Amino acid sequence: MNELVWIFVSALLINNFVLAYFLGLCPFLGVSGRLETSFRLGLATTFVLIVTALCAWFLNTYILIHAPYLRLICFIVVIASTVQFIEMAIKKLSPALFKALGIFLPLITTNCAILGLAIFATNRGYNLVEGLIFALGAGAGFTLAMVLMAGLREETELSDVPALMQGTALNLIIAGILSMAFMGFAGLFSST
Amino acid sequence: MDMDKNLDTYQEFVKGIWRDNPVFVQVLGMCPMLAVTNSAVNALVMGGATLFVLMGSSFLVAALKQWIPKQVRISLYIIIIATFVTVADYSLLAMLPGVHKELGAFIPLIVANCMILGRQEAFASRHGIRFAVMDAAGMSLGFVLALFSLGSIREILGNGSLFNIPLFGETFEPWVIMILPPGGFITLGLILLFFNWVAARKKAFLEQVAQAERESL
Repeated sequence: MNELVWIFVSALLINNFVLAYFLGLCPFLGVSGRLETSFRLGLATTFVLIVTALCAWFLNTYILIHAPYLRLICFIVVIASTVQFIEMAIKKLSPALFKALGIFLPLITTNCAILGLAIFATNRGYNLVEGLIFALGAGAGFTLAMVLMAGLREETELSDVPALMQGTALNLIIAGILSMAFMGFAGLFSST
Repeated sequence: MDMDKNLDTYQEFVKGIWRDNPVFVQVLGMCPMLAVTNSAVNALVMGGATLFVLMGSSFLVAALKQWIPKQVRISLYIIIIATFVTVADYSLLAMLPGVHKELGAFIPLIVANCMILGRQEAFASRHGIRFAVMDAAGMSLGFVLALFSLGSIREILGNGSLFNIPLFGETFEPWVIMILPPGGFITLGLILLFFNWVAARKKAFLEQVAQAERESL
């Protein structure tokens, strides 16, 4: 039990996917303009991450033990097609949910956080439950980073920023300071 | 290829290095860019692997483009890229096990580098093999250059060394933050700031020239 809590908190705060591992930077820098959209994108990503953890566990346990060199190709193809299938299913079953996650789902599949999760979970030898908790923590961490970033960016829109600084340069420096703040969580577990 | 007639091999090669630099100008491929640039060696190995993957897949995509159906092209590009990345991954594991271990999950993650897929979709699938390979070479050299400049700045300031050779002697206190994640974000932010500044200077200069020309008429 303790192990699972550690995996969750580690993925959420200490080794935050965006701010410590630099995974999923494209949406982090690209889509974090509005708080509302960022939150939805975070939810959709969490959902895809959980599906990915399931797929990765299944592939690793039943298929890839016979052919480990196919891992990368398998992960990409299986994850992309599973997400497409689920997208179609959601569209049919729950239009409201589809509207909330909708356009983001197919885009997320090519996000490096997704493949990163599958590879990290494999390298660390997580079992199914650990993998799911890891995915949940990583998704929550991604959402947290997105929402914090969007909040900060909405604030910077109101302030008078020098023309040279505007755009990605400013966002990267904000992300750097945010990442520095998250480093403070590193001491969370060392004392125990 | 009709549209290749007005292309120049040299131009296609050079544009990726400076004018359309994938990192500094197009802001693509950020994830590997920041994650592995805590030392110059890691940055170079990562750049080399990306160069191999990009050139290989551009060549294959340009060669196979007649047989790739439009509807499934993206998936096919990804499979081609993933194949080259697997080759790169296993080769590095055999040749440089130490660096491979340090780069860890980020070598397989080259697959998700949007710059590579972007070049296939925007260039290799529309041009002949020669131009596709030149374009890939230029873009990857631009990427290597970006990785190397970020990696060496971070290693010099964060570790006081370059290629593991100490530069400053005993008294230098390393800025540890530079080799940690925040240093990556902030250094890249400052480099982009510099590029913005250069672009703004150039624009002002061109306007001045145009102004002078108008006055002389």
